[in-house]
Amino acid sequence: MTKADIIESVYEKIGFSKKEAAEAVEVVFETMKSTLASGEKIKVSGFGNFVVRGKRARVGRNPQTSEVITISERKVLTFKPSQVLKDALNQNSNDI
Amino acid sequence: MTKSDLINEVAEQLPELPRKQVELLVNTVFGSMSDALAGGDRIEVRGFGSFHVRQRAARVGRNPKTGEEVQVAATRVPFFRVGKELRERVNRG
Repeated sequence: MTKADIIESVYEKIGFSKKEAAEAVEVVFETMKSTLASGEKIKVSGFGNFVVRGKRARVGRNPQTSEVITISERKVLTFKPSQVLKDALNQNSNDI
Repeated sequence: MTKSDLINEVAEQLPELPRKQVELLVNTVFGSMSDALAGGDRIEVRGFGSFHVRQRAARVGRNPKTGEEVQVAATRVPFFRVGKELRERVNRG
């Protein structure tokens, strides 16, 4: 599934034109991106939580040259799926 | 930010749409993504990230309280990988 497929389901489910659907879906993702960029987490009930976490600087190694380098402090985004989503993935547990 | 905060923010950006429509929009976006993952499909949203489903094999677990062995069934677990654009924006802060 790509963004085009998400736009398609918005187009089918809501009375939007294709252009409106594309624009609206874009706004949803852009809003999420700027919220996360500001460091704020997003909790989507029934889907999961997107959380920005800080990582301390640590010492790493270039695996090719085994040269020691410092990996700088950084912020990363993690996703924790909700129980509802995890359950939805395991409904047909017989065919796993 | 909760889902209803997200709906409010999106509604502000799209003032021509009634709030009910925006609610339906946001729910449809996440609903279609859940359905895709439930069907085992992978999702890729450029600039945001991708979601995929990993299989976890059945294993023998143990009840930590009683020490009793229990069979844990195979499960499917969703995973998210952040896209390049968002990863950089989050890190820049």
